[in-house]
Amino acid sequence: MQQTRSVELGTGLFVLLGMAALFFLTTQTTGSDNFSGNDAYTVTARFENVGSLKDRAPVAMSGVTIGRVTEVRFDPEALDAEVTFVIDSRYDQIPDDSDASILTAGLLGSQYIGLQAGGSEFYLEEGSEIQFTQSAIVIENLISKYLFSNDSDAE
Amino acid sequence: MLRETWYTLIDFVRTFGALQLFFLRLLINAPTIILRRSGLVIKQVYNAGALSLVIIMVCGLFVGGVLGLQGYSNLSKFNAEDSVGTFAAFSLLKELGPVITALLFAGRAGTALASEIGLMKATDQLSAMEMMAINPLRRVLVPRFLGGVISMPFLAAIFSVVGLFGAHIVAVNLLGVDPGAFWQQMQSTLDISDINEGIIKSFVFGVVASLLAVWEGYNAVPTAEGVSRATTRTVVITAIAVLIIDFMITASFI
Repeated sequence: MQQTRSVELGTGLFVLLGMAALFFLTTQTTGSDNFSGNDAYTVTARFENVGSLKDRAPVAMSGVTIGRVTEVRFDPEALDAEVTFVIDSRYDQIPDDSDASILTAGLLGSQYIGLQAGGSEFYLEEGSEIQFTQSAIVIENLISKYLFSNDSDAE
Repeated sequence: MLRETWYTLIDFVRTFGALQLFFLRLLINAPTIILRRSGLVIKQVYNAGALSLVIIMVCGLFVGGVLGLQGYSNLSKFNAEDSVGTFAAFSLLKELGPVITALLFAGRAGTALASEIGLMKATDQLSAMEMMAINPLRRVLVPRFLGGVISMPFLAAIFSVVGLFGAHIVAVNLLGVDPGAFWQQMQSTLDISDINEGIIKSFVFGVVASLLAVWEGYNAVPTAEGVSRATTRTVVITAIAVLIIDFMITASFI
């Protein structure tokens, strides 16, 4: 009887430890700020060029992550990219004329959407679309622009 | 020569098919054992899992420490030593955790299973059970198989966590990487799907390692030499199978 008890105790401890490890892995090693559908609202924005923006990229305001990109898709009619993202419903007082731009974290970091507050009295809500957007900066375009402007200066 | 090769090939395919049928028989009998004789399964989780904890944790700690050292020395060439946490987490969660745990599991628990079952067979214990109208497959094999399958994902998760702490000790406490950067870079790069990949792998490896151990023991030639050969084959075949399957799972995830 004593032996069975210690076996059961050891097994219980082992399984608990294993579950604790799994819990640690799923919550501590990943960015656990998953916004599920019920406590977040969906907003869309259209960009001429999204660069290398991907699903699950962060949406930040003043550098603080407040949401996540859920879908990046090409609109074949408007011929631009439509980005859908969710914003945590705690932040429900973002002016609806805020502008969204695609920025890069660090020199080689991944891209994210930065929101800049506008001055409107109306707030973004479920399904609204951001009107003012700024595309991702494509480094080749920058370089060619720079070269081109240098050429015209010289002439 | 050609004839021999042909027979070897046929033999291999036949053994492989028999293994699948054996696997199916284990699976069919698994639910009743879990429901009616859970005590047996708990005993085997203890044998396969709880008793493997020490080797898993010690190895995990040092594997993580090596990752910390290697990551630091190589990434610092690119001034990217802050990414050492990401590097260690990716290696541990997706590859090293499941694979090394499976290899250690085969060495620690698989050999124990194979030799135990082989010895039971050699000393006619399995036949004695059949005489008493007890199905040895259900009484002996299924609980051992289930114990291994249940233990493996937990062992792999523990290995990864301990490894992460090993990497943390080396990189942050010894080499002076910023702890904030260590965790933050890891959290921003790692996705839940990476962790799922590791869990799926460890589960599959658990099935493979336990199945092969039980199978080799059950089919051991009932002599001293046969049991020792079965034990060796368990480790060898499990290692080969795990590494091949690891390649296939990784390829399917990318």
